[in-house]
Amino acid sequence: MAEKRSITYEKGSTVRIGTSDKVIRGFGYVFVTLYAICCIIPFLIIISTSFTSESTIRLEGVQIIPKDFSVQAYTMVLKGGAIFKSYILTITLTAVGTFLGLSIIAMTGYALQRKDFPFRNVISFYIYFTSLFSAGLAPYYLMMTQTYGLQDSYLAVLLPLMMSPWLIILMKNFIKAIPHEITESGKIDGAGDLRVFISLILPMVKPALATIGLFLALGYWNEWYQSSLFLSSKVDVKPLQYTLYEIVNKNDALRNSVAGQYVNLTDIPTESVKMANAVLATGPIIMLYPFVQKYFVSGLTVGAVKG
Amino acid sequence: MSKKQQISRSVSAVKKQTFPQKLWRYRVLIMMCLPAIVFFFLFSYMPMPGIWIAFVKFNYRDGIFGSKFIGLDNFKFLYTSGKLFQLTRNTILYNLAFVLLGNLLAVFIAILLNELRSRLFKKVSQTVMFLPYFISQVLVGILVFNLLNYDTGFVNGLLSSLGLERWQPYSDPNVWPVLLIIIYLWQQTGYNSVVYFAAIMGIDAEMMEAAKVDGANGFQRIRYILLPSLKPTIVILLLFALGGIVKGNFGLFYNIVGTNSLLFGTTDIIETYVYRAIMTEFNFSTASAVGLYQSLIGFVIVVTVNFIVKKIEPDYSLF
Repeated sequence: MAEKRSITYEKGSTVRIGTSDKVIRGFGYVFVTLYAICCIIPFLIIISTSFTSESTIRLEGVQIIPKDFSVQAYTMVLKGGAIFKSYILTITLTAVGTFLGLSIIAMTGYALQRKDFPFRNVISFYIYFTSLFSAGLAPYYLMMTQTYGLQDSYLAVLLPLMMSPWLIILMKNFIKAIPHEITESGKIDGAGDLRVFISLILPMVKPALATIGLFLALGYWNEWYQSSLFLSSKVDVKPLQYTLYEIVNKNDALRNSVAGQYVNLTDIPTESVKMANAVLATGPIIMLYPFVQKYFVSGLTVGAVKG
Repeated sequence: MSKKQQISRSVSAVKKQTFPQKLWRYRVLIMMCLPAIVFFFLFSYMPMPGIWIAFVKFNYRDGIFGSKFIGLDNFKFLYTSGKLFQLTRNTILYNLAFVLLGNLLAVFIAILLNELRSRLFKKVSQTVMFLPYFISQVLVGILVFNLLNYDTGFVNGLLSSLGLERWQPYSDPNVWPVLLIIIYLWQQTGYNSVVYFAAIMGIDAEMMEAAKVDGANGFQRIRYILLPSLKPTIVILLLFALGGIVKGNFGLFYNIVGTNSLLFGTTDIIETYVYRAIMTEFNFSTASAVGLYQSLIGFVIVVTVNFIVKKIEPDYSLF
C-alpha cells in the first residue's frame, strides 16, 4: 500500500505544484521542525546539567549547552555502585516479565480468535470486563499486602504488569489477520492446537510479538508505580525508575546513590548527581528505541486501524 | 463442498455437543487461556468483594468484613466537604482538555507530515517526536522541574538574563491547568500523530491523485478529502477517549505536583487523592469510597459511549 502510494505521488508531483501546496509544505517543515525542537530541548537540558559542576548550576542555573564540563557526577554515581544493582533488578524484571507476559498474551490471543472455539465470547468478555470496572486502589492494595502477602516482594512489581486486556485484544486482532485455513491445514496434517500455534502461527506474527513485547518491556523499564505502593524502605534494591524517584525526592536515597563517599549532603553535587542518575536510568531504553521504532509504528498501525 | 458449508457444518457439529464434551474437545485451547484467566481472577476479580470497605469504618484489626458498617457515611463526608465536587471537576476538565486538544494537535501534525516530501525529514522528525512517549513519568517530573524551578530552572535563567522578574510556578496554583495540558501534549502527541498518520496512509491514494488532476489545491484536498476520510477515525478515537474521562494520568500529576499542597486546588484529581489517602493517611475507607464512585461513573460513561458508537458505526463498538 505505502509503496503504491509513493509511486503515484511521484508521478503527481511532476505534473504541477500549486502555490497553496508550497505554502502548506513550507509551513509543515517549519512547524514540524519547531515542534521536534520542543520535544528534544528538555532532554538536552538534563544531559547538559549532568555534566555541569555544582557551583555553576547554583550560579547560572541549568543550560542547554554546559558552561563548564565536569564528569564528577558520573564518577560519583558509578563509584557508589548502587545503580548497578538497580540495573540488574530492572533488566531481570523486564526480561522475565516480558517473556512470560508475551507467551501468555500470544496463547490467549490465538485461542480467542479461533472461530470454532465455543468459549471465546465468554472468556473475551471475562477479560474485557476488567477494563470496564475495577475495584479501585484501596481493595487492590489491601489484597496485595494482606491476602497475598506481597509487601516488599518483587513479585508485586513483576506480576501486575504482565498483561492487560488491551494488549490481549491487540494480539487477537493481529492473529485474526491470518487466514483460518492455516490452522485447518495444520490440523488436517495431524497437528494439535498447541503445535499449530507454535509452529505455524507464531512465526507469522513476529511483528505483533515485537510490538507487544516492546509495550511490555517499556512498561517494566519505566515502572515506578507498583514499586511505590509495595516496596518499602526495608527493600534495599529497587527498580531503576523508582530509585530515580527516591533520589530526586529523598535526601537519604540521594546519599545512598553515591554510597559512603561523602557523609554530608552539602558535599554532594546534588543537582548534577540527580541528573546523572536520570541519564543513566533512561539511556538504555532510548538507545534501544531507534532500532525497534519500525516494529512499534507498524504495530500501532494495525492496532489503530483494526482496533 | 464450499468453505462456508464446511464451516457451518463444523459449527453445527459443535452445537450438538454437550458442555463436558466441548470442554474435553477444546481442552488445549482452554489450557492456553488458563494463565490469563487465573491472572485476571487474581488481580482484577479478587479485589472486587473488597469494595465493601467503602461502607465500613475500616480498621486493620477487624479487617474489611469485620469493621463496623456505617452505610454511606464515607460518601456523605466527601460530598458535604465539597471534595468530591472538586476532584470530579478537576479530573473531568483535565481529561476533556487532554482528549480534545491532544487529538486536534495530533491530526494537525499528521496532516502536515503527510504533505512533506523529504523521507529523511519525516523519519527523523517522527523519531524525535516519539521520544517523550518513551520515558517514564518520573523523568517527565524531573524534566519539568528543571525547566520551571525558581532557583536553577531553565526558564528563570532565560527570564533573568533578559532582565525580567523570576517566575514561581511551583507556588502558583493558577498556572498549572495550562502547564499540565502543555506537558501532556508534549508527551502524548508524537504517539497520537503516528496513529493518525497511519490512518491517512490508509486513505485511497487514487482519490487524492484524482483531486489533484482536477485542480484541487492543497487546502482543498485537506478540507474536502483528507478530513472527511479521517472523520470516522477521529470520532471513534474521541468517543473512546471520552469513555476513560474519569481515570488515567496519575503518574503525570503525581510526579509533577507530588505532595505540594499549595497546588492541590487546581491539580488534585481523583487518583492522586486516593493514592495519598492510602499511602500517607492510611484512610482506606475514604479512598475506597472515592474509588468506587470513580469506577461506577467510568462504567456508566463507557457503556453510554459504546451505545452511541453502536448507533453511528456498529463495526467499531467494543461490545
